[in-house]
Order: sequence, then structure tokens, then C-alpha cells
Amino acid sequence: MTSVAGTRAAASPRLARWPRLGGAALGRGFVTAYLSIIVLIPIAALVAKSTGGGLDAFWTSLTSPLAIRALKLTLIASAIVVVINVITGTAIAWVLVRDNFPGKRIMNSVIDLPFALPTVVAGITLLALYGSDSPVGINVAFTRAGVVLALLFVTLPFVVRAVQPVLLELDREMEEAAASLGAGPLTIFRRVIVPNLTPAILAGAALAFARAIGEFGSLVLLSGNLPKTQVSSLFIFAQIESGNTTGAAAVSVTLLVIALVVLLLIGRLTHWSLRHAR
Amino acid sequence: MGISVDGVRKQFGDFVALDGVSIDVPDGSLTALLGPSGSGKSTLLRVIAGLEDPDGGRVVISDRDTTHVPVQDRGVGFVFQHYAAFKHMTVKNNVAFGLSIRKRPRKEIDKRVHELLQLVHLDGFADRYPSQLSGGQRQRMALARALAVEPEVLLLDEPFGALDANVRKELRVWLRRLHDEVHVTTIFVTHDQEEAMDVAEQIVVMNDGRIEQTGAPRDLYDHPKTEFVMGFVGPVNRRGALFIRPHDLEILQVPAPEAEEAMIERIVHLGFEARVELLLADGEQLWAQMTLAEAELMELAAGQIVYVRPRHAKVFEPNGDSRTEELAAA
Amino acid sequence: MPASRTASRLGLRFFAVGYLSMLLLIPIGMIFYRAFEHGAGAAWAAVTTPEALHAFYLTILIAAIAVAANTIFGIACALLLVRTKFRGKALLNAAVDLPFAISPVVIGLSLYLLYGREGWFGGWLLDNGIQILFSLPGMVLATIFVSLPFVVREVVPVLHEIGDEQEQAAQTLGANWWQTFRRITLPAIRWGVAYGVVLATARALGEFGAVAIVSGRVSGSTETAPLWVWREFGQFNLTGAYTASLVLALIAVTTLLAMNSFKRKEAT
Repeated sequence: MTSVAGTRAAASPRLARWPRLGGAALGRGFVTAYLSIIVLIPIAALVAKSTGGGLDAFWTSLTSPLAIRALKLTLIASAIVVVINVITGTAIAWVLVRDNFPGKRIMNSVIDLPFALPTVVAGITLLALYGSDSPVGINVAFTRAGVVLALLFVTLPFVVRAVQPVLLELDREMEEAAASLGAGPLTIFRRVIVPNLTPAILAGAALAFARAIGEFGSLVLLSGNLPKTQVSSLFIFAQIESGNTTGAAAVSVTLLVIALVVLLLIGRLTHWSLRHAR
Repeated sequence: MGISVDGVRKQFGDFVALDGVSIDVPDGSLTALLGPSGSGKSTLLRVIAGLEDPDGGRVVISDRDTTHVPVQDRGVGFVFQHYAAFKHMTVKNNVAFGLSIRKRPRKEIDKRVHELLQLVHLDGFADRYPSQLSGGQRQRMALARALAVEPEVLLLDEPFGALDANVRKELRVWLRRLHDEVHVTTIFVTHDQEEAMDVAEQIVVMNDGRIEQTGAPRDLYDHPKTEFVMGFVGPVNRRGALFIRPHDLEILQVPAPEAEEAMIERIVHLGFEARVELLLADGEQLWAQMTLAEAELMELAAGQIVYVRPRHAKVFEPNGDSRTEELAAA
Repeated sequence: MPASRTASRLGLRFFAVGYLSMLLLIPIGMIFYRAFEHGAGAAWAAVTTPEALHAFYLTILIAAIAVAANTIFGIACALLLVRTKFRGKALLNAAVDLPFAISPVVIGLSLYLLYGREGWFGGWLLDNGIQILFSLPGMVLATIFVSLPFVVREVVPVLHEIGDEQEQAAQTLGANWWQTFRRITLPAIRWGVAYGVVLATARALGEFGAVAIVSGRVSGSTETAPLWVWREFGQFNLTGAYTASLVLALIAVTTLLAMNSFKRKEAT
């Protein structure tokens, strides 16, 4: 409630406050209850189950050879995907903002397709072109390259959509000023444009990473249940199917913590790199 | 040898921004491009800088044909209306930018940056970010940055347009003093005639993509070649074919030859100046400008009937000539 | 413009378009081709079996319930975050964003643990005849979880931008909070809500991992369209899998178009 509304209400008691004190409490109650039932309590149950057998059991589940293998694959593949996305995402955002050609509008809309498409369909889509029936002879089914490919598909929009608005708002006159001071296009890109895009790129990269480590649907068909292509999410699923919910919970909590840590770190980094704007 | 622009044309789609413009800017001078919005003054400045490519014509800077030379290589310093500060760099690094890309040694850069920051009175702000500076400070930083690489030419695009009125006045004086010290050929763009008259040695009046007149401030004021210039450079009354400056409109309390009858509608006090608004018999309105003391001496008041007569007036012939009519006997 | 600049511009354009084609466009084209490889008749037949139709029906039903619930929650939560003061806003924000950071299988697992026989809620609910897992409620809960943040996240900035002056004006004219909300606030945020609803719907329709765990994947009963596609592919009924994928992809494209038109309206 703003103080103005408060003053008005004090001055004229018949005026409603926004919302009335009771209404605000009701709203808060509803929101808290909803969030608790839907999100918070289930997560609490997860954490409880993972540590239910004590920290030793937690650690044992986490460090089983299959779990470690899966985690390593997940983290490495996700890291590779993020690096690729930083490059391609920035390039695509650049082309969408600074270039003009027929079909650009369509290209802009298509970027969001991975957001809208069910992940299992994403997997099938990639297999249609790059699977065992591939018309171009590229078969990445059951390979780690396939895992990277699927992750690239589902994380495509993150860096692009994070960079685009920043690029749009970028003060062109800064670039003109740099040019008038003698800087060539590459120098301008390196010393004026990139530093101003970095916070957005980092934010997009963090979201892409968090998404990648948890990706499941597109990998379910592509990885084929082989240990060498089993990422953590598939591992968790397999553990659930075989009744080892404690092991599944331990790895799940680990994935969750990693995602949260990454998002937090990047949030801090972004805040720091924007220090000049404060 | 200064700057020479010859027959420059520039179009944006259907809009003709510059329609065959030619000017000469003497070496070391301080010139203003003055005109209303859309007159082409900013476009002309940007063409000189190399930020726009002309569709025709030539730009010569210091005897070098730079018409198609990229902006990086023209040796011009450019200052933008909204500062174009590198917001991710400190003030110090902003000013050092041009020198650092020329790979000058660190010590040399630091020394020069320090000198410049002192010149613009920002030496306490070296480690701040532009966002922590006021508008006037940012613009001074932008100037220091442009001067750091010792440009042959300094170009300023409505440099004080984004600032408060009193900051604007301060920086005007300051720019004049800076030019006296540094002596770089300087061109600045403005739509504010007072600013142009105050600061510039030479004014180029532009309208609709063409040059209306070029000259010293006094020249333009006293000898305008066209109706547009006269009206743009100072206040003007129009009576038929006569164009009369308000301070040239004489008010008499008794009838006289050539004087017309008028009623004083209103007297406005603006500082030491009195602005007398008059209604003529045929319904037209004029206004006269005199000192408050004069108005009080004549005991002028609203509602009074007086007789008005121009001391001087200008007439602009259709063929482009202009002449002055001396009317009143002393 | 110097030739090198044009060359690098074209090069970048080629790179971007090429990457998108190889990753996105051509694979989607292949789905079209594969779906109709054995003729339109076969495609139609494969995707109109009772199980397939039930799967699509279920998908749409679950999405409708989840999105409706999340819309009400989303608007309430956004109003709370923007128009009221309380401590713990950062926590609320974090909780709302949590679904973005969690893998769908983790979500499925947490619901499985909570509502299973030994779960905190599961025991009591099952004793009272309420079945959550392996049945519609569980699938709805999972879908609500994954699509929770979208409406909130789209309405919050709109509320910030329009400010509360109009609402204050309405109050000085005598409107109570419901009238203010219905006649001033809601119309002002409608495009933000629409855009959020579209995003949430897309996410809900496409949900796979969480639902795979809580549903038990019983064909003809608790199988959504994405799960059905998985089954068909696994059983080598490729035409069915591809055709259903095509249908889902077309729904996704429709969603994209809706997103675009709402995004533009939101911006004005």
C-alpha cells in the first residue's frame, strides 16, 4: 500500500484501501497455501526422503559409479552446450537486431519453438533427421553427440532472448563515438558492445545451463538407455522405475542445488557487472 | 586550411535533408550551424564527421578530400547531444579510449588524461562512472574524450540541448573559453539563436536543407538577406512589406508623419525590459521593445492611444534583394 | 559501405540462418515428411485410434485445468508482489521461480514421494479414497507445478509499468477494491495475462517428464499425448508417433503465433 492511499484512507474512512487489510491477508494466505501445496511441500518431501537415511546414505547414493558417471556427463554436456549457445545465441540476436532480410520476422518467431514444443517431440524431430533413418547419413542416436544436439535444441532461445532486448536498447551513439575516436568495427565490438551485453549473456547462459542439466524428454529416445549416454535425469527416472527412490532423491536434490547455485552465482555476477549503472 | 563543403546532397528515402550545401569554415574558427528542426544542420555535421555518406558533393578537411574516408580516419572529434558516454567505463577510461586504441604507452595516456580532466574541471571524478555524473559533467567528459586524440576538427551536435537552462549558459561561456585556449576548428549545431549569437564567430543559418545566409552574428542581425534569417535570428514585427525589429518601433504620444494610431493592449515587464503590445486600427498587432525606464518616463499605460512609427525597416524583394528603409527623422 | 563490412554481415547472416535451419527448421520439415510418408490416410488412422484420441483429450483437459488455476494464482500473486508491502518478497519471488530451476523428473519424484503410500499426504488421502498418483489429480498437480511461474512473471512488469494512479483515482471516485480490480486493473493487465496464459499453456501441453512419473503411463487411461508418442515410438508404430508429433508441433506453432500477436499488443 502506498502512503498516499494510506493518507487518503485515514482522511476519509469510507474509501477502500487497496486491497483492504483483511483482503491483503486473504490474498497472502491464498498465495502462500497454493505455493506450499504445489511447490514447497513436495520439494520438502524430496529433501526429507533424500536425507531420510542419514547423510551417509545420501553420500553413498550420490557417489555410486552410475550416479557419478551420469552427473559428469550431465555437467560436461551442459557446459559445452552453454558455451556453444553463448556464441550462436549472440550471433543470432545480432542478426535479428542489426540485419534486415526477407524472412527475418519468421526467423524471429521460430526461435521460440523449443519453448512451445513438447520435449519428447523435440527428441523425435532430431531423430528424424539425425537418427538411424537419417536422409543425410548423420546418425547421432545413442551417442553423446546426440545428447549435446538435443540440449542445443531445447536451450536455443535462452541466450538469444536475453541478448535481444539489450542489443535493441544499446545506444548506437556509443558506437559512433568510438568510431570517431578511431576504433574499427572489431574494436568497437570488443570494447563497447560486448561489455554492455555481458550481463545479459550471463543471465541467458545461466538459464540455459539450469535447463540443460534437468532436460529429460528429448533425451529419453535419443540416448537409448545406455550407460554412456545416461544423463542424471535419465538416471533418476531409472532409479524410480526400479524402486530406489532414495537414490533418485539424492541425485535429484543434487541437481536442484547445482541449478540454484548457478542461478544465484550468475545473479550476483550480473549485479556486479551492472555496478556502473547504479 | 579549415573545412570546405562543396555541393553536398543527402536524402533519406523521400526526404531531402541536404539540397546542395556549400560552406567554408576557416581554420581555427568557431562556427555555428543554426536552424530549426529538420533544417539539415545535424545531417551536415554528421556528413562532415563521416557518420553519414553524402549522396553527392565533396568534403575537404585541411586540404584533404575526405568525402569517402571512414570516420575512424578523419581525425574529427565528435560530441553528441546525449553524451554517448561509454557507460561501462570510468571517466578516466572514457577519456583515455582514443589514446588506448592507438596503443600509446600507459604513462603518456595517464598524463594526458590528467591534463584534460583538469582542463574540464573533472579531475576529482576520474574513477567515477558516467552514471554518477550530472549532465553537464558528462558533457565536459565527452569533450575531454574528443580532445584527447588531438583532432583537427571538433564537431558538437546540439551539445547543450539536453541540459538545464543555467547549465547551458555556463557551458556556453566555458566552450568559448576552451576554444580560446585550444584553437581547434570547431563547428557546433544549435537551434537556439541566442546560443549561436553568444558563442560563434561565424553563423551558418540553414532551412529546409539549404543555406540561407552565412556571416558574423552582428552581420546576420543587422543585414539579414531573407525574411527567414531575420525572423530566426531575432524578434521581428511585420507590417505589410516592412519587417521591423521591436526595438526599432518608435512610440510617440502625439500624431506625426508616417506614424499610425495604435492602442496599448498590455505592457509586460521582463527584467529591465518593457514589452509594449499594440493593437493597430486595422486589427493587426505589433509589439515594441524599450527599457523600463523609457516606458516609465513616457508614462505609458494599458488602454492609452499612441502613435507608432518604425525607425528602420527591412524590405525583402521577390528577386532576393533586400534593402533597408530609413523612415523616421530623428 | 566497405566490402569487408558487407562480407562479414552476409557471413553472420548465413551462419545464423544456417544454424537455425540445421537445428530447427529442417528437422521439423522431416517430421512433416515422415508423418505423411505412408500417405495421409495412414497418418489419420494412426492418430485417431481410441488411445490416441483419449491421450489428446487428456492433454487438453489437464492443460486447461492447470492454466486456469495458475492464471488465478498468477494475478493474485502479481498483485501481492507489486501492490502490497510485506517482508519476504524475495522468498516469494524465489519460490515462484523455482519451477524454472527444477528438472521435470525431480518434480515428478517429489510428487511421487509426497502422495505415495508412504508419503506425508499419501497415506491419509488413500485411506480416504482419494487417489492422487496414477490418476488425473496427480497429473494436474504436476502440470500446475511446471507451468506455475508464467502468468506471474508476465503480469508483474505490466503492473509496475501502469502504476497505481488509475486505481487511486477510481478509489477517490468511490470504487471498492473489487470494482477497481475488475474495471481498472484487469483491463490494464489483460495483454500481460494473455501472453502469460499462452506461455503457460504451451508449457502445460508439452509437459512430459513429471507426468511420466506420476501418471504410471497406463495406456488409454493416464497417458497424455506426449506419453502416447513415446509409447508409439517405442513400439515402432512410427507413423503414429510422427503424426502425433506433427499435431503437437502444429499446436506449438499456433501457440507461437498467439505469443507473437500478444507480445505486440503487450508492448503498446
